[in-house]
Amino acid sequence: MIEIQNLTYSYEPAEDKVGGLILNGINLVVGKGEFVAVLGRNGSGKSTLAKHINAILLPVGGYVMVNNMDTRDEEKVWDIRQSAAMVFQNPDNQIVATVVEEDVAFAAENLGVPSAEIRERVDYALQAVGMSKFRKSAPHLLSGGQKQRIAIAGVIAMKPDIIVFDEPTAMLDPVGRKEVMKTIGILNKEYGITIVMITHNMDEAVCADRIVVIDGGRIIVDDYPRNVFSNVDKMRQLGLDVPQATQIAFNLKKAGIDIRSDILDEKECVEELMKICR
Amino acid sequence: MLKDITLGQYFPIESPIHSLDPRVKILLTFAFITGVFCVNSLWGFVAVAIFVLFTVFLSKVSLVTVIKGIKPVLFLIVFTALINLFMTNGKIAQIGGVQLRAGFLKITEEGIYSAVLMSLRLMFLVVGTSLLTLTTSPIHLTDGIEKLLSPFAKIGVPASELAMMMTIALRFIPTLLEETDKIMKAQMARGADFESGNIINRARSLIPVLVPLFISSFRRADELAVAMECRCYRGGKGRTRLNELKMGIRDLVAALTVAVLVAAVFVINMYL
Repeated sequence: MIEIQNLTYSYEPAEDKVGGLILNGINLVVGKGEFVAVLGRNGSGKSTLAKHINAILLPVGGYVMVNNMDTRDEEKVWDIRQSAAMVFQNPDNQIVATVVEEDVAFAAENLGVPSAEIRERVDYALQAVGMSKFRKSAPHLLSGGQKQRIAIAGVIAMKPDIIVFDEPTAMLDPVGRKEVMKTIGILNKEYGITIVMITHNMDEAVCADRIVVIDGGRIIVDDYPRNVFSNVDKMRQLGLDVPQATQIAFNLKKAGIDIRSDILDEKECVEELMKICR
Repeated sequence: MLKDITLGQYFPIESPIHSLDPRVKILLTFAFITGVFCVNSLWGFVAVAIFVLFTVFLSKVSLVTVIKGIKPVLFLIVFTALINLFMTNGKIAQIGGVQLRAGFLKITEEGIYSAVLMSLRLMFLVVGTSLLTLTTSPIHLTDGIEKLLSPFAKIGVPASELAMMMTIALRFIPTLLEETDKIMKAQMARGADFESGNIINRARSLIPVLVPLFISSFRRADELAVAMECRCYRGGKGRTRLNELKMGIRDLVAALTVAVLVAAVFVINMYL
């Protein structure tokens, strides 16, 4: 569980001017097993927020609690990083070893897990991301999506409760995106891992249970995807898109056709259109 | 294409030599080098040659590949041989009653002998060490070095950090090669010319490739450091390993074989 209270952060600690604050009073509670997508335009502070969850950055004001551990507590820092793992945008810059299974083992090795158990954890992690076949491969010969799944396996080997994804699909091709999103879905639904996902892709944000929109270092919206995206004008105002299907429905409605405005994906859109055409 | 490069000269096959513990292999290579340096007669080299041929046979690496390893140092070997040939004092060699001497240059019998010994010594040194790199993958080599250095960690040798650095360097070679290729193509698309002009001009034309490559390497290093911290990396202390190195009977046999070789070299030195 993550609990963030009145969090403020500035990259220039000397200046306490409000203008220099990247994060300006964030309040957020993420419960166990939730899947939260964080949206916001460039420079809104969403990546900065993510780095607070596993104590890479420490709050200037307020506090962040992860599984009831305060990130400011230096003694707890490794426990926090073990329970709240993080996966970044570029898989190439996260993979450490020259063999897939060695890389997946990296985190467990750092935690001082005994050899035999590392082997078990590696098998488990590769299974979870569906990459068991590639255990002996060299990472640089894999595709982008596969590499990102290896990076995910690398943090699963720590057996975290929470995984924070910082734009995990931004560098991937459409096939890679699909693979990674499917993996994230499985981790959340089948393995019960809490997911916090920062994304620019609205079609991915729809997969979440809950959407948080950050702008100017504050949380502006915190609601179900359906409620968030049905408000197309507000999203536009915040510099964000809506899923394509929602956009179509929105435009149709504007043109005077009686259609639901809270459509999220292609399938719903088609169903609604069929109803109208009948 | 660039992606498929092999690192070092490792020969990925399975053989009794490949499966030796890397620590043992490194130490035995050192023992072999010492042995070769001690040899002072042709008979000693016969013993060394038998050992090397036997090892090459066991390692299933083709003899041609092993001998090719000598090529880069061929110049050094020839140079050393010539120096020995002309600069050793002793009895002037004769061919059919003609003394081999021209001006200040002279060839002595001792010179011929030491030139041959020296060339053989250098050749066997190179062959012996390249057998190590031919039969040990870079990862195993790194593991071996780490384990061998770890006793010195107490006096401040950062053994596992060095090993980590080597692993990361190996890991990023293909990534950076790919990136260099991309940058070069991008610069070529904007009219950069890497192929014409003299050496200085060509070196200068590489600057627009090196600058972006450096910048992106620093960015990568920064991101990698954060990602490693996120995976709880805090130096070598308290780390465990997925694949612990284990020594077996095989390693003992290898060590004994090398011991017999070194002993043979000493016996030959004394009695022949």
